[in-house]
Amino acid sequence: MDERAPSDILLELRGLTTIFPTRRGVVRAVSDLSFELHRGEKLGIVGESGSGKSVTLLSILRLVAYPGRIAGGEVRFRGQNLADKSPTEMRQIRGKDVAMIFQDPMTTLNPAFRVGDQVRESLRIHRVIPPSDGPLARLFDSKRRAAEIERVRAAMTAVGIPAPEESSRRYPHQFSGGMQQRALIAIALSCEPQVLLADEPTTALDVTIQAQIMALLDAINRERGASIVLVTHNLGLVAEFCDKIIVMYAGQMMEQGTTDQVIQDPKHPYTQGLLRCLPKIGARQEQILPIPGLVPDLADLPSGCPFSPRCDQVRPECTQEGAIALKALPDGRLVRCLLY
Amino acid sequence: MPVEEVPGGEAQRFRRLRVRWRVTRRNLREIWIGLRHRPLALLGGIVVLVYLLAALFAPQITSHDPTLGNLRQRLLPPAWQEEGNPEFPLGTDDQGRDLLTRIIYGSRVSLAVGLLSVGISVAIGVALGALVGYYRGLLDQILSRFADLLLAFPFLIFAIGVMAFLGPGFTNLIAALIFKGWVEFYRLVRGEVMAEKPKEYVEAARVVGQSDVAIMASEILPNTIQSVFVLGTLRVGFMIIMEASLSFLGLGIQPPTPAWGSMVATGRDYLLTAWWVSTLPGIAIVILVLAINLFGEGLRDILDPRLKVE
Amino acid sequence: MRAVKILERVLITIPIMFGVAIIVFFFMRLTPGDPVDIMMGQGGAVSTGEMEQLRSEFHLDEPLHVQLWLFLRDAIRGDLGYSYTQKQPVSELIVERLPATIELAVGALAFSLLIAFPIGIISSVRQHSLIDQFSMAGAFLGISMPSFWLGIILILLFAVRLHWLPVQGRLDFGIDLQEITGMYVVDSMLTRNWEAFASSVKHLVLPSVTLGAGVAAIVARVLRSSMIETLRQDYVTLARAKGQIEFLVVMKHALRNALIPTVTVIGLQVGVLLGGNMIVEAVFGWPGLGRLVVNAIFQRDFPLVQGAVMVYALTFVVANLVVDVLYTYLNPKITL
Repeated sequence: MDERAPSDILLELRGLTTIFPTRRGVVRAVSDLSFELHRGEKLGIVGESGSGKSVTLLSILRLVAYPGRIAGGEVRFRGQNLADKSPTEMRQIRGKDVAMIFQDPMTTLNPAFRVGDQVRESLRIHRVIPPSDGPLARLFDSKRRAAEIERVRAAMTAVGIPAPEESSRRYPHQFSGGMQQRALIAIALSCEPQVLLADEPTTALDVTIQAQIMALLDAINRERGASIVLVTHNLGLVAEFCDKIIVMYAGQMMEQGTTDQVIQDPKHPYTQGLLRCLPKIGARQEQILPIPGLVPDLADLPSGCPFSPRCDQVRPECTQEGAIALKALPDGRLVRCLLY
Repeated sequence: MPVEEVPGGEAQRFRRLRVRWRVTRRNLREIWIGLRHRPLALLGGIVVLVYLLAALFAPQITSHDPTLGNLRQRLLPPAWQEEGNPEFPLGTDDQGRDLLTRIIYGSRVSLAVGLLSVGISVAIGVALGALVGYYRGLLDQILSRFADLLLAFPFLIFAIGVMAFLGPGFTNLIAALIFKGWVEFYRLVRGEVMAEKPKEYVEAARVVGQSDVAIMASEILPNTIQSVFVLGTLRVGFMIIMEASLSFLGLGIQPPTPAWGSMVATGRDYLLTAWWVSTLPGIAIVILVLAINLFGEGLRDILDPRLKVE
Repeated sequence: MRAVKILERVLITIPIMFGVAIIVFFFMRLTPGDPVDIMMGQGGAVSTGEMEQLRSEFHLDEPLHVQLWLFLRDAIRGDLGYSYTQKQPVSELIVERLPATIELAVGALAFSLLIAFPIGIISSVRQHSLIDQFSMAGAFLGISMPSFWLGIILILLFAVRLHWLPVQGRLDFGIDLQEITGMYVVDSMLTRNWEAFASSVKHLVLPSVTLGAGVAAIVARVLRSSMIETLRQDYVTLARAKGQIEFLVVMKHALRNALIPTVTVIGLQVGVLLGGNMIVEAVFGWPGLGRLVVNAIFQRDFPLVQGAVMVYALTFVVANLVVDVLYTYLNPKITL
């Protein structure tokens, strides 16, 4: 794939499979997903709802809610298999080395606590500022508090929240959507993570705020060197922001390549369909062509390629038993399609 | 479009009523299927049924007189104990009356009180709540303030006060329970009607020319009936306990009519020597109320698991 | 700002109290049965002249609205009238008996919260486990049992059969206790009378358990369901994603939010405690306000009933106010 040094690989997924047992059968939210995330890289994961993109992020942090669980494959952070980590070690990684931003900031921020305190909590958890020496000092530890408050203020300024002292004393419901998301980002950044997992960070916001948040994330990537995994259903967003794109459908990776490759020359019929859905400014279009059909029921997937019912280039071999294998193309891309 | 020109206005009304009937039948099937999956709730329902049948056929299934006792047979222990007599399976009370018979007859009182008090409370509460929720205005102000005031009294104190005012007895007891009981249903229905009223389907019905009462009856109420039903079922148990408590204090059903509460009260004097006189009627209460609650909870689970009723 | 809002709420309670007073007043007045007759029934034969004298003494010969006015006027001044049956000023009687009732209510509340909170939280975290099923079954039982029966069963078991705890009353016979607040547990601590302390605590156990069982059951269930709801929220997932330890995720992030509906329910239960304590006081021979009121109602002792009911209503209103204030601290979205 890339010629960059292996030590540059921060996150590596190999054959990750996450399932949810339900009354109607086992739902394979993520099937056999593999990718690498390098230092400073911006990876985009695109797909419709139910494609398994959010579950992927939760699986990385091992936060999949019971009864769901990781059923196969491995997730490696800096070469170490996360499955081998004890709960304590995992907790140290969460929030500090790998941080996550969620989709709807209104429900993700705890409504009962002040925003500043929620940022400060991350600092406390990971002891970013060590407690003072001596038993007496530790009791009230005003020095530590002051240092933390300063850090919070700095973090909030860095994400562009105005009047940080006052804002940190506010409650989440007193913020606008964009500000809430910035606060979430501040929480994520507070411990200087190496990897930032962003689950649809702008979906709940309007377009102008969207642009601001994406610019913020871009700045974070450039100035702090944090790698970003951006999960979204918005192909246009990843086209602008990401270096590498993964297209997911029904829990499986359908295509992987650099942004230029995937956007200019999509190989998989699903990707092609997605791109056709985007109206292009300037080009003369008669109609927007949506992909016919509905998102599949993950508990009852068709045999062979899950996209076959909706594919316009489908062939008889596509529906045979067994998963379709990933094919590596000469330009370094990966496609899961029998056309290649 | 003026009202007179709306074609088939009458037919529409009938159609709506038919839809409501179909909805109820569907609900009943839902309930039956749901109960089959919930053995505990089903058990509760069966137990309640058993009590109901026992109450109805009390004279047929008991062989002793519930009010007249034989003093030579007083304070006999239950049949499984040493001095017990199988003729009196659960023993006798201080007046020599068969406890089992009295317990079965006591169920008549409790069930009647429970069902009647809740039934009438529901009727009053729903009617007032719907009216007030729909029309608001002065009636709302007055009634709701009154309801709040009523709520300032703990239930039992209020009931005791009313009983003192009216004197003991069956109808007075029910009146006392209703006096405060309607408030819950009133508030529930009022809240729901107020929430439903601004919705579009109500507006649509009004545009078509339906009278207010018809709107309330056919459009809004079916939506609230479920919560009322669930709350009502759970309240029956509560009312039964209230009745028993009042009888215990001597304010409810007067002796010699068997009532579980007063039976427990008389048994107090004999706790050391004849524990069964107090204990067993109490167990009858607990089992009935438990069964009602299990059934009611199951019902709530089936009809609307999101409902929070406490 | 908040202090002003609280003051507003306090002021509103005054008209409510008036309303309560008026209702109670009319209720008692309209009750059949002449109080003087009843009083006289206790003392034996009495001449008509004396009856007339008593009647005018208690203003019973005046028109209703005058009686109402007199009652309200005196009440504001703290004079709640004179009890016919107890031959004491009502306010004195209330002050005498109120601490016992308060002690019982507090004991019951403490017991119920001590049981309900751990059970509610653990059940929600370990849903469908054995602990959960047992606790919920227990809670079910708790709301299905009448308190008078539970009290009797507890007495039967722990006092009569096992002799672990006393049957009735507040203090063992023969123990001397200097009363300061009227609450024996508190007073014995204040006077370092440890013998009395042990005795009063032992006497408090069964009545508190009886009164608190129903409340515990309800609170446990509500806490459990709101915790389950809360634990599903995104902010709980975020807390875990921050690397927070599970204990704090539950106890800090989830509980804070789950408390909001729970506290409301607890507030409602205060009414149950006040009402239910009549029964518990009757069963355990607890010399509190409840027993006094029940007898007073039977004997048409107007002033006593009025005074006591007013006190109950006032307590209820105050408790609700406290709950509302607490609510604003818990839920920053709501201001008073």
